[in-house]
Amino acid sequence: MTHQSPLERLLRGLALVLVVCFFIFPILWIVLMSFQTNETILRSPPSVVFRPTVSNYAAIISGHLDSNVASMGIEFMRNLMNSVILSAGSVALSLVLGVPAAYAFARHKFRGSEDIAFTLLSFRFAPPLLVLLPLTLYFQQIGLADTYLGLIWVYQLICLPLILWIVRGYFEDISPDIEHAYRIAGHSWFSTFCRISLPLAGPGIAAAALLAFIFAWNNFVFALVLASADKQPVTVGALAFVTASGIQYGQIAAAVVLSILPVLALALYAQRYLVEGLSLGAVKG
Amino acid sequence: MSYLEIASVNKIYGGKVHAVKALDLAIGQGEIVALLGSSGCGKTSTLRMIAGFEEVSSGRISLGGQEVHRLPPGRRGVAMAFEGYSLYPPLTLRENIAFALKGEKLAASEVAARVEEVAHLVEITAILDRYPSSVSGGQQQRASLARALIRRAALHLLDEPMGQLEPQLRALLRGRIKHFIRERGLTAILVTHDQTEANALADRIAVMENGELQQFDTPAALKERPANLFTGTFIGEPPMNVFDAEPQDSGGRLAFRLGEGASLDYDAGAFPGALRERLAAGRGITLGVRPHAVRIAEGGLTAQVAANQWLGDQTHISAGFAGGTIVSVRHDRADLRQGDRIPIAIAPADLHIFDRATGRAISHGGQLA
Repeated sequence: MTHQSPLERLLRGLALVLVVCFFIFPILWIVLMSFQTNETILRSPPSVVFRPTVSNYAAIISGHLDSNVASMGIEFMRNLMNSVILSAGSVALSLVLGVPAAYAFARHKFRGSEDIAFTLLSFRFAPPLLVLLPLTLYFQQIGLADTYLGLIWVYQLICLPLILWIVRGYFEDISPDIEHAYRIAGHSWFSTFCRISLPLAGPGIAAAALLAFIFAWNNFVFALVLASADKQPVTVGALAFVTASGIQYGQIAAAVVLSILPVLALALYAQRYLVEGLSLGAVKG
Repeated sequence: MSYLEIASVNKIYGGKVHAVKALDLAIGQGEIVALLGSSGCGKTSTLRMIAGFEEVSSGRISLGGQEVHRLPPGRRGVAMAFEGYSLYPPLTLRENIAFALKGEKLAASEVAARVEEVAHLVEITAILDRYPSSVSGGQQQRASLARALIRRAALHLLDEPMGQLEPQLRALLRGRIKHFIRERGLTAILVTHDQTEANALADRIAVMENGELQQFDTPAALKERPANLFTGTFIGEPPMNVFDAEPQDSGGRLAFRLGEGASLDYDAGAFPGALRERLAAGRGITLGVRPHAVRIAEGGLTAQVAANQWLGDQTHISAGFAGGTIVSVRHDRADLRQGDRIPIAIAPADLHIFDRATGRAISHGGQLA
């Protein structure tokens, strides 16, 4: 660490505060909104002084949306559950498929291996809507439309390339001789993979899984087209707040806060893995 | 049938790079063999084929009478110390070394005793409970060596096992490891580019270059009777002096005409008839002479000193001679300056004669090769 004058420290601190305010502001505003009624939110000019209310949260958790005109039921908690099922399911499937594949791409150079790896990455290039139209027709024919399985399958377009490429970089960072040293002591290829390679790539796998989870959680368009009401995740479910009697900003804000909480908790928990995984794995991969 | 037999083994990478060419090696049980050569000569590829990390492109490898070249590494009964140490980062050095015995189902006390023994051998007892990332490269290398030596394997493969050690420790460990291997009757193959290490540890040395085996012989034979010009110039420090020469046999005298009018003139009686006949056939030859055999003596041919270096225990004098440079080694200080003229004498018994076209040795010290 180089020496810093007090002034430098002060300026640096000030700059950091400004950056944090800039990035945190939308989230902060939403949190504030979630404790207000529609009237206080919409008053002009806006003010940060208000009497907090938890009625928005109560409405969302109980499932009864009371506006000044009518009362309607929403299934936001069910949406939240769907999000958990879809994101966790697709990340789990991606790990099962992607981690061994990443290992194969990292360790075994075979004919066309680079092409296959790149093809898998190219899933990320295609505009989702272009893929979705034909996919919807196929899914309806083979009965996968509006099922968790079908959605998790489509979510592989998001998760699999991400996990594959990050984890591959991580496996490439491990010296093959560490595996060789274990193999030569009388162990099979598979036990070497499980006992040596997987634990060493652990942080990278955790980081990739977390990122994939966030991307899956935030996905909107796949679920919008392919899922009916009872399979919809929070991203699509939030549309229900745009009602005939107006937009329920307070409840939307509360819903947004509820839907970022699980990911935020996960991200905070795994933050160090995330940074380490991205800087070590993805850069070299 | 030898203990380890490598028969016409080829290694071709990606259909292009021919790293090992038709290698034949037969090694007896209890022997210590060094694979010696410069970088990229195929010695590590050979070692990795024996270990099973590289497939042989063609040929056979058998160990203890059993063909092993199709077996996975874990079933060949081979132990190996890796050049890059390859310690498992989450484990301490002690655990890393003990890890090698996992497959043998030994009692914990037995494992602990053996770890202590090899740790003592390579001088890492004090740091056994530290992690690989917190010790130096040399210490990691010794732990890696210990991990290989702790096993009672059919064959021990050591890839540059002492490359990272400081000279004093290297000299100490060479002696200890040789004794350790001998005492237990282990068979070992050592890959190195350091001749001193090969000479000190190995019973026989296989010299490789460009994927081809040049010579497989004892250290003394490699020095005294190099099979070809490559081995002749590769083995020995400083390297052998070589000069292209034209032999001229005039009855009683045998002269070797070198460049710039210089000529080495000998009594023909010092060379056997068969050799003289061979030389009379008129093919171009290359003369080699070890720097230690180049004497500065009255009546010799004139050379002009280019450099005079005192290395603390010997003097290297390089001098312009016959259109090239000749190096002479002596064990005292020489009072010579650049530009001084010195007389150079070479005894017929110190001449190595090689065929210039093929590089193959024709004679060593007057004896046909």
